[in-house]
Amino acid sequence: MLTIESLSKRFGALTAVDDLSFEVAPGEVLGFLGPNGAGKSTTMKMITGFLTPSAGKVTVNGVNVASDPVAAKAQIGYLPEGAPAYGDMTVRAFLRFVATVRGLDKATIDARVDEVVEVISLHAVIDQAIETLSKGYKRRVGLAQAIIHDPKILILDEPTDGLDPNQKHEVRKLIQSMAKDKIIVVSTHILEEVSAVCSRAMIIAQGRVVFDGTPDDLALRGDADAPNRMDDAFRALTLGNAQQVAA
Amino acid sequence: MTGTIFKRELRAYFATPLAYVFIVIFLALSGVFTFYLGNFYGRGQADLQPFFGFHPWLYLLLVPAIAMRLWAEERKSGTIELLLTLPVTMWQAVLGKFLAAWAFVGIALALTFPMWITVNYLGDPDNGVIVAGYLGSLLMAGGYLAIGACVSAATKNQVIAFIAALVICLLFTLAGFPLVLDAFSAWAPQAVVELVSSLSFLSHFQAISKGVLALSDVLYFLVMIGAWLLAGAIVIDLKKAE
Repeated sequence: MLTIESLSKRFGALTAVDDLSFEVAPGEVLGFLGPNGAGKSTTMKMITGFLTPSAGKVTVNGVNVASDPVAAKAQIGYLPEGAPAYGDMTVRAFLRFVATVRGLDKATIDARVDEVVEVISLHAVIDQAIETLSKGYKRRVGLAQAIIHDPKILILDEPTDGLDPNQKHEVRKLIQSMAKDKIIVVSTHILEEVSAVCSRAMIIAQGRVVFDGTPDDLALRGDADAPNRMDDAFRALTLGNAQQVAA
Repeated sequence: MTGTIFKRELRAYFATPLAYVFIVIFLALSGVFTFYLGNFYGRGQADLQPFFGFHPWLYLLLVPAIAMRLWAEERKSGTIELLLTLPVTMWQAVLGKFLAAWAFVGIALALTFPMWITVNYLGDPDNGVIVAGYLGSLLMAGGYLAIGACVSAATKNQVIAFIAALVICLLFTLAGFPLVLDAFSAWAPQAVVELVSSLSFLSHFQAISKGVLALSDVLYFLVMIGAWLLAGAIVIDLKKAE
C-alpha cells in the first residue's frame, strides 16, 4: 500500500503541492494527470524520497519515506522525468550498476539484465553508450533501470513521452503485464493512455486533487456532445467550469 | 554501496578523454616546474623538494577542473535524481564520488614515479622524506578536491564551479600570507588572525613534505576534507530541487 497523507510542498511563496492525500493499493494502476506545473512531478519526487515534503508524509508498505529512506527507496522503482541516465556508460554497464546498487545478488545480475533487456527490447543497443541513443531508446533504458529489481512499487513520470506509437503500445503493454501485484503510478499528458492502461485516474490542478475515479467516470464528466469527452472533462476540471471553452 | 558508486565514478573518468588529458598535463607541468623553475639539477641535492614545492600551485589549477563536474554535472543532466532515489544514503553518494575523484588524482600522482627513480639514480635521497612528500601531496589534493566538490554542489554551471573553487582554494593555500591575513588583521582579534593563519594548506603541506609527518598536519587535512564534504552534502540537500 502506498499512502500519501496531507502532503504539501512549498518553494518559497509557491505552493506546488497542497495538502494532497490518497492511497494506492497493489493491482492498481493510477494515472496521474494534470496540466503542466500542477505538481505531478513534485509529488512523485516526494514519494520517491528525492524531495523532502514541507508537510505531510509518505508511507510505502508501512515504511515511512522520511524516517527510513533507504528501506523505502529499495521497494520503489522510479523513472524520473526526462529519463536521466549516465550518458558515458553503455546500456549494459548502466543496468548492471543500478542492479548492483539495488543489492541484487551478484550471481543473478547478468541473468536479470538479460531478462529486462529482452522485455524492453534493448538488445540492439546493449553495448552502446547511452548518450548516443535516440530519445525513445533513452526512455526505455530509464524504464529498464526502474524495473530491474522487480519493485513492488513503480513510479513512472511520463514513461511514453518521446516514443513513437509502436513504442507507446509496447510500453503500455508492459505496464499492464506488471500491474497484477504491483502498485503503479504513471503520470501522463495523454488522456487515451489513461483509458488504455490505468484502472484509476486522478487529476490534480494547482497541487490539489480535482478528480479521483475510474477512467470511465472521468469520460462521463465531459460533455456528451464533445468530440473527445475525456479531453472535455479534463478541461472542465482543470480550468473550472466558468472558463470552459465550448467544444 | 559506496564501493559501487566509487567504481562507476572512477570508470567514468576513463570513459572520456578527460582522464588522459588531465594526466598528461599533470605530468608535463610537474616535470616542467621541477626541472626548469625548480632548478632540479642545479641545486645539486638528491631530494624532491623542487618537485613537491610546486604541487600546491599545480593542484590549485588542476584539481578544481576535476572537481567542477562532480555534482554540477549530476544536477545538469538530472542523474542526481536517479542517484539519490536509489537505496543509498547521501553520505554514501558523497563519499563514493569524492573517493573516486581522489583516487583518480592519486593515480596521476603515482604516475610521477619516474621522478623518484631519477633522483635515486642520480644520488642517495632520503626515501622516507619522499614517501612523506607523496602522502602530504595526496592529502592536500584531497583537501582541494573536497572544497571543489562542495562548490560544485552549489551550481549547475561547471565554469562557475571551476572559478569559485579556484578562488576558495587560493584563499586556503595562502591563508598564512599577508595577502589573506591583512584582510583580517585590521579588525579581527589576534586569536582570529592566528586561526586563519593556521588554516593554510601551504604551511601544513610544507611541514609534511619536509619529512615531518606530524599527526596534527595529517589530521588538519582529514578534518578539512570531512568538513567540506559535510558542507557539500548539506548544499546538495538544499539545492537538489532546483
